[in-house]
Amino acid sequence: MVSVAEMPESTSQTLVNQPAPRPEPQTERGMIEIEHLNFKYGAHQVLHDVSLSIPARAVTAFIGPSGCGKTTLLRCLNRMNDLIDAAQISGGSIRIEGLDINAPGVDVVDLRRRVGMVFQKSNPFPKSIYDNVAYGLRIAGVTRRSLIDEAVEKSLRSAALWEEVRDRLHVSGYGLSGGQQQRLCIARALAVEPEIILMDEPCSALDPIATAKVEELIRQLKQNYTIVIVTHNMQQAGRCSDYTGFFYLGRLIEFDATAKIFSNPGQRQTEEYITGRFG
Amino acid sequence: MIAAPAKARRVRLLQAGIFWLFRIATYFILACATYIFLDIGIKGGRTVFTTTPPFINLPFLTEPPQTLYVFDHEGKKQTLSDRQFRAWKGEHPGVEVDATSIAYSAGGIWPCIVGTALLVVGSMILALGIGISSAIYLSEYSRNGPLIRLVRVAILNLAGVPSIVFGLFGFGLFVIFFGWNVSLIAGWFTLGLMVLPAIITASEESLRAVPQGLREGSLALGASKWQTIRKNVLPYAMPGILTSSILGIARVAGETAPIMFTAAYAMKDEMPWQVAKFTDFFFQGVMALPYHIYVVSSKIPQNEYTEGVQYGAAFVFLFLVMLIALTSIILRERSRSRLSW
Repeated sequence: MVSVAEMPESTSQTLVNQPAPRPEPQTERGMIEIEHLNFKYGAHQVLHDVSLSIPARAVTAFIGPSGCGKTTLLRCLNRMNDLIDAAQISGGSIRIEGLDINAPGVDVVDLRRRVGMVFQKSNPFPKSIYDNVAYGLRIAGVTRRSLIDEAVEKSLRSAALWEEVRDRLHVSGYGLSGGQQQRLCIARALAVEPEIILMDEPCSALDPIATAKVEELIRQLKQNYTIVIVTHNMQQAGRCSDYTGFFYLGRLIEFDATAKIFSNPGQRQTEEYITGRFG
Repeated sequence: MIAAPAKARRVRLLQAGIFWLFRIATYFILACATYIFLDIGIKGGRTVFTTTPPFINLPFLTEPPQTLYVFDHEGKKQTLSDRQFRAWKGEHPGVEVDATSIAYSAGGIWPCIVGTALLVVGSMILALGIGISSAIYLSEYSRNGPLIRLVRVAILNLAGVPSIVFGLFGFGLFVIFFGWNVSLIAGWFTLGLMVLPAIITASEESLRAVPQGLREGSLALGASKWQTIRKNVLPYAMPGILTSSILGIARVAGETAPIMFTAAYAMKDEMPWQVAKFTDFFFQGVMALPYHIYVVSSKIPQNEYTEGVQYGAAFVFLFLVMLIALTSIILRERSRSRLSW
């Protein structure tokens, strides 16, 4: 079993420099198990007893109306909620590849390198396209120019952006269109070779054509990555996810294969939401 | 409902009257500023500029202050600086003249320019170091609690302390208690403390202006908090911090009260770099422009010969402060166009 807790803090650096053999995990690589998770912002409980198992190398979508806790749950998976004062897990556990990510001693920096994230609002850094993608590598201590060049090209290709930006790698990422910026953020996340990629409504600010490109990209990425995507767009969940969890008022109402959820949901609330009767 | 014509007229008149009041208040500021700048510009210009090439009174800018000697000799009025006067006496042996001496009114203000520059640079380095560090702590690390609220109140209060109080505080702590005497380093600490609240506030604002998304994006890539701040927050906040800090410099450069007990000498013959050993550099008093203006304007008997150096020094001082402010504005404009989100 992989134990992040036992790794020294500088592990991420050595990992990227020379991919160290990671001990084979007992559970499947990239698999996430959430058990009886409760989450609070101060006194306000946002997640109630959420349990689900997110399979590796598949796209899992969280759907539900605004405020249902789907983004909060997503941000629990790379402990992004640590940044928010008064936000805390008040019960239950999250295991990634068998490791409790909230256990004391877990290196959150290493966790976040393994669990990448793409945000709702595309947030390229005010740097060149190249420097955006290289950022994570440089942070991890990679200094060899050739390694970085290679990783930048590979990541941009994986994010289906290479052909569009290959001639202007050294101009600002802000010069790109909204859809390109979001794919740049995906490329940036891919560059550090995570196992899991979390996407928080990645297409909410994009036009339909850009959305289609990102969705196509998501379908390709699942061959190598475990993807968890939060979306308020049910068609999107239907188009590109393999599994879907429906959340309502902080509870996981239903979790199943996407085809099942959309054709034959087990719960009345799910059906009403999917058919557009509320939400 | 439509108001009766008489009432509508009254409302209109009242409005016009109030607008005029505001307008006059605005023009009053303009008039004051114009008067001050013209007065200093014209009178100071007579000292700083000359009618013959190179059109700038270089000795005034490059020489230390000297005593002016005024006397009549063979029916001709002579106005000579200390050095010229001695040379003149050498050329006229045995001639007894009844000369009036006027302190500081000949020569130039070069040591004051140098002293002010040294004070500004040292105190800014000090204040930027402490100020940016604490701003990073306050805005990036600290959680809002009673202690942090107390710190913020302290910063606000520090900003409201009159400069003469800073001067006395610096005198009591650095000059006497620490035994640094009247020295550059005492002046640096006093001025640095004085400008600290402005720098902390400005730095915090600049840090806050960096979108949260950039921090999250960096953290999500496996950067530590410090790496995030160093690589992806501070570089974008830095132009704003420096811009506001330069305005702080202008203020530091302009203050007389904090340095009059802590760092400023009315007159000093050696330049700051003429010290016996390296450490003496920090423990020497210096001449400074604002203090020099204060001395020549109020500490020596006034007459028609003192005006030149008073206005000349004020002119140079004003010019330097405006130069600093201009630099800040240019920096801000340039960084604005480079960083936008």
